[in-house]
Amino acid sequence: MTEQQSNLDLPLPTGSAESDSIFSAATPYQKRHLLDLESLSRGELERILHDSEGFRQVLFRPVKKLPTLRGKTVVSLFFENSTRTRTSFEVAAKALSADIINFSVSTSSVSKGESLYDTADTVKALGADFIVMRHHSAGAPHFLANLMKEVSILNAGDGCHEHPTQGLLDIFTIAQRKKRIEGLTVAIVGDILHSRVARSNIWGLTKLGAKVRLVGPRTLIPTCFKDLGVETHYKLKDGLEGADVINVLRIQRERMEANLFPSIREYVLMYGITKKRLAWAKSDAILMHPGPVNRGIEVDQDVADGPQSTITEQVTNGIAVRMAALYLLAGARDT
Amino acid sequence: MTSPDSNVRRICDQDSVESSVAELASYVLNNLPANNRAAIVGIRTRGWVLAQRVFKRLADSGQAGIELGALDITLYRDDLSTLGSQPIVGKTEINFPIDGCTVFLLDDVIYTGRTVRAAIDALIEFGRPAAIRLAVLVDRGHREYPINADHAAIEVETTADNIVEVRLLEVDGEDAVDLITR
Repeated sequence: MTEQQSNLDLPLPTGSAESDSIFSAATPYQKRHLLDLESLSRGELERILHDSEGFRQVLFRPVKKLPTLRGKTVVSLFFENSTRTRTSFEVAAKALSADIINFSVSTSSVSKGESLYDTADTVKALGADFIVMRHHSAGAPHFLANLMKEVSILNAGDGCHEHPTQGLLDIFTIAQRKKRIEGLTVAIVGDILHSRVARSNIWGLTKLGAKVRLVGPRTLIPTCFKDLGVETHYKLKDGLEGADVINVLRIQRERMEANLFPSIREYVLMYGITKKRLAWAKSDAILMHPGPVNRGIEVDQDVADGPQSTITEQVTNGIAVRMAALYLLAGARDT
Repeated sequence: MTSPDSNVRRICDQDSVESSVAELASYVLNNLPANNRAAIVGIRTRGWVLAQRVFKRLADSGQAGIELGALDITLYRDDLSTLGSQPIVGKTEINFPIDGCTVFLLDDVIYTGRTVRAAIDALIEFGRPAAIRLAVLVDRGHREYPINADHAAIEVETTADNIVEVRLLEVDGEDAVDLITR
């Protein structure tokens, strides 16, 4: 009887029986590659985010497998270390029944001096339909995309430039929690200078109508970022006040050779997100972090594990947006 | 949608669509399993609309305990690898255990049988139903796969260049079935 009641509560269709998504699926995604969010239109962004919702559902089923990309091969080509992005793409490809091959760069001919193009050409000749690529040089995936027309290239991070699927999964996570993007205030806190995650978030969020604030030490926020239509704040309190979303970036110790702030300890004192500082934002603000988290540095332990944290949701959502990206690139018209 | 010289013939008006839906509801009612659970599952978009209408009729007549679900078959289609095919991914909502359940699968039109093949594949990912019964509003013939409806409210003779257009109030603003000749 209770089952019956719950079913009767299902809304009967009014006008549109198709979708309750906040994102429009009206625009097709016609690009063969996914290189950055800067070059995508609002409609293309919305289409990827819309379809991600359908893929997210699959991740909660007993059988997390779709036949959609059967017979396709995804090669992951990582010139920089990565655990979560690489694994997330792997889970996404497998859930779509694609074959995934990890091309291990450090043990391959690249370490013997092979050029990027020759490596990618070899990967293509091995039958790749998709190359998921991370490279330490900004623009490396764009360089390959211009040379390889039949293979779809997905940028999994290029230098300090962009990390489009991370930007998409962050926006998708915000939309899941807040049911909108337009009009929200998103504070991105930390090392903006070295962050490809920040750049992809800025492009995506501003195109979808959110207000973006960059918060951090003066040395880590390039002044030219004001030209992208964002606010910059050097005081954490100013940056967090009234924010709906706080996206905290990792302090990348490996990129900190240039003494951009005096010490980690000083950074923590000024910009570390504690429970008290979290309360400067709106009471229902969400706290995001792309991972891996330096607990006790950019985010306190109890904040990272608290109810406002979306850190584990971001991991799940990352699989969904990567499935959507692979699916849409497979059907793209543009060659 | 249709060119000026295409020929449109109305097969069903609002009343006959409604009586066909009533017929689908009584098919489900008369074939409910005695010993196991039953569910009505509609294939998006218009099969889902029909499923909700049939469900509402059964609920209104006091038939309790039937589940309702929606199936999006996009990711199970067999034409995804053809160039330029990028259908919009919708949501599947099967929020009940499929194992041991008799599923009444509803769609608006059966034609080649490929949609139903995809729907069966999508459905059995959720478990092992006791049975799947296919009920459609219109059977227009020309099957390419060996699949038949258990019940079709309307059967129409068509040729390959015909389009059978089912229009439903909730998504199209009116109830009608048109046979269009290109």
